[in-house]
Amino acid sequence: MSGFLAVLWREYLFFKRRFWTITTSSMVAPLLYLITFGWGLGRSVNLSGVDYINFLVPGIVALSTMNTSFNAIATPLSIARLYDKTLEEYMVAPITILSFAAGKIVAGAMRGIYAALIIITISFIFGARLEINVLFLALMFLNCLVFSSLGFLVALKIKSHPDMARFNNFVITPMIFICGTFFSLDRVPEIMRHVINVLPLTPASQGLRAVALGGEIPLWAPAVQIAYLLLFTGWGLYVCNRVE
Amino acid sequence: MIALDQVTKRYGDTVSLDSLSLHIKEGEFFGLLGPNGAGKTTLIRIISALTVPTSGRVLVAGEPVNRNNTKFKSQIGLVPQHNNLEPELTVVENLQLHGMLYGIPKKESAGRIKELLDFTRLTDKADTQVGKLSGGMKRKLLIARALMHKPAILLLDEPTVGLDVSSRRKVWDLIKGLHKRGITIVLTTHYLEEAEALCTKIGLLKKGRLLMSGSLDELKNMVGPVVVEQFYNDKTVLYFYKDQKEALKAASSMGEGITVRQSRLEDIFVKLTEEKSE
Ligand SMILES: Nc1ncnc2c1ncn2[C@@H]1O[C@H](COP(=O)(O)OP(=O)(O)O)[C@@H](O)[C@H]1O
Ligand SMILES: [Mg+2]
Repeated sequence: MSGFLAVLWREYLFFKRRFWTITTSSMVAPLLYLITFGWGLGRSVNLSGVDYINFLVPGIVALSTMNTSFNAIATPLSIARLYDKTLEEYMVAPITILSFAAGKIVAGAMRGIYAALIIITISFIFGARLEINVLFLALMFLNCLVFSSLGFLVALKIKSHPDMARFNNFVITPMIFICGTFFSLDRVPEIMRHVINVLPLTPASQGLRAVALGGEIPLWAPAVQIAYLLLFTGWGLYVCNRVE
Repeated sequence: MIALDQVTKRYGDTVSLDSLSLHIKEGEFFGLLGPNGAGKTTLIRIISALTVPTSGRVLVAGEPVNRNNTKFKSQIGLVPQHNNLEPELTVVENLQLHGMLYGIPKKESAGRIKELLDFTRLTDKADTQVGKLSGGMKRKLLIARALMHKPAILLLDEPTVGLDVSSRRKVWDLIKGLHKRGITIVLTTHYLEEAEALCTKIGLLKKGRLLMSGSLDELKNMVGPVVVEQFYNDKTVLYFYKDQKEALKAASSMGEGITVRQSRLEDIFVKLTEEKSE
C-alpha cells in the first residue's frame, strides 16, 4: 500500500509541475476533431436520427482517454526504464510489484479521466447534448484502465524509444480510425465487425455512445474491457517481475 | 549476512558471473575489486534483486532474494553505479519519495532528510532540481538516499568513479563513518587504492570469477608478502617470496634492475589477473 501511494504521489508531483502543458495539450486534438467533424459535418449530417456531434463526442472521449492514459504511462515509464533508470529505485524498494503496477496504472487512468472531463466540457460548449451518467463514467474509467495497463506493459517490453513510436503508429493510431469512433460500424461487413468489436477501443466507443444517447449498455462492452484489463495487467506484472 | 551459492548469470553467450560463491559477514566492509566488465555491477544487482541470476542461490539476512520479498529489501541500501535519481524532482522530493517507498512515517522522514542533507552537506541544495546538480553532489545524494531507511547493508557500486580527488576523499570519509557505525558494506571498485584504503576484506573478481578473497594481509600471505621486482628486457617481472630473507637471497643471484619491497595489492592483482587469464 505504501508503494501504491508513493507512486501516486510522484505522479501527482509531475502533474502539478506540468499542469498547463498537460491541460492545453489535452485540448488540442479533441478541439480539432470537434471543429473539423463536429462543425464541418455538424447538424447537416444525421446518423440514424442522431445529430452527428452527439454521435461523435462519445467516440472522441473514447479515443482521447485511450491516447492520454496510454501515453501518460508508456512514454515516461519507458524513459524511466531505458534512460533515467529511475525504475530501479522502485524495483529495489520494499514494495510489491503489484503495488507499483497498481500505482502506475491508476495514475495513468486518472490522467485519462482528467482529459475526458476537459473534452466533455468543451463539447457541451460546442452544443453537444449527451447523457453523462454513472454508467458512462464507469465505461470511461474502464477504458482508461485498459490503456494505462497496456502502456505499462508496452513500456516494459520495448527495447528502444523508436519502438514506442512504432507501437503508436501501428497499433494505437489505427484504432482511432477503425474502432467506430467517427462512424457507425453498421455498414462494416459482418466478419470485419466481429474483429473490430474485440479490439480494445471498440467497447469504449460503442458502449459510451449507447449510454450517451440514452440507450441500453451493451454488456459485451465492459466484458471485453475487463478481459483486456486483466490480460494487460497480468502480462505487465509478469514482465515487471523479470525486467532488468 | 550475504550468501551467494554457485551464482551464474549469462546474457546470451556472455557469462557475467561464473558459478560464484561468496559469503559476507555482518559488519564486514567487503571490497569487490575487478577491472571493467569483471561482473561487479552484475553481482551487486543480483544481491539487490535488480537482476535475476540464471542459476544459483542468494540469501540476504537469511531471506531469499526475490523482487517481491519486501522483508529483505528493506534491509538493503543501494548506491548504483549510474545515477538513477528523478532528474525533474528536487533533492528533497527525491528523498521524500524514497521515504514513502520505504514506509517511513512523514515526520520521521522529514527529520532523516534534514540529518542526511547535513551529513552530506547538501542542505543548501535542498530545493534544487536534481538534474542541475554536479556529479559529486548527485553521488552524495545517492548515498544519502540509500541511508534514508537505515539499512543494515549498504551496497556501493563504484561510488567514486568520475569524482575529483577531493570529492573522492569526502565520499570515502562518509563511507568510513558508516562502517564505524556497524553497517555491513559491499563496495565495488576498480581503484586498488580505494579497496586498500577502505575495506576490511577484499575479493578479486575477473571475468565473473572470484579469484581470491580475504583480508589484505591474507591476500598478501597467499601470494607472498615480499616481492622482488626486476626490469629486464624492457619488461617488469614480479617474483613473490614468503619473507625478506628468501627474497634477498633470490635477488642476489638475479643481476641488474632489481627492487625488493613489501608486496602491495596492486602486485597481487597483476599477478592473479595475468596468471589466470592464460
Ligand atoms: N544487460 C546486459 N546485457 C548483456 N550483457 C551484459 C549486461 N549487463 C552486463 N553485461 C555483460 O556482463 C559483463 C559484466 O558486466 P558488469 O557486471 O557491468 O561488469 P563491471 O561492473 O565489473 O564493469 C560484461 O561483459 C557486460 O558486457
Ligand atoms: Mg560496473
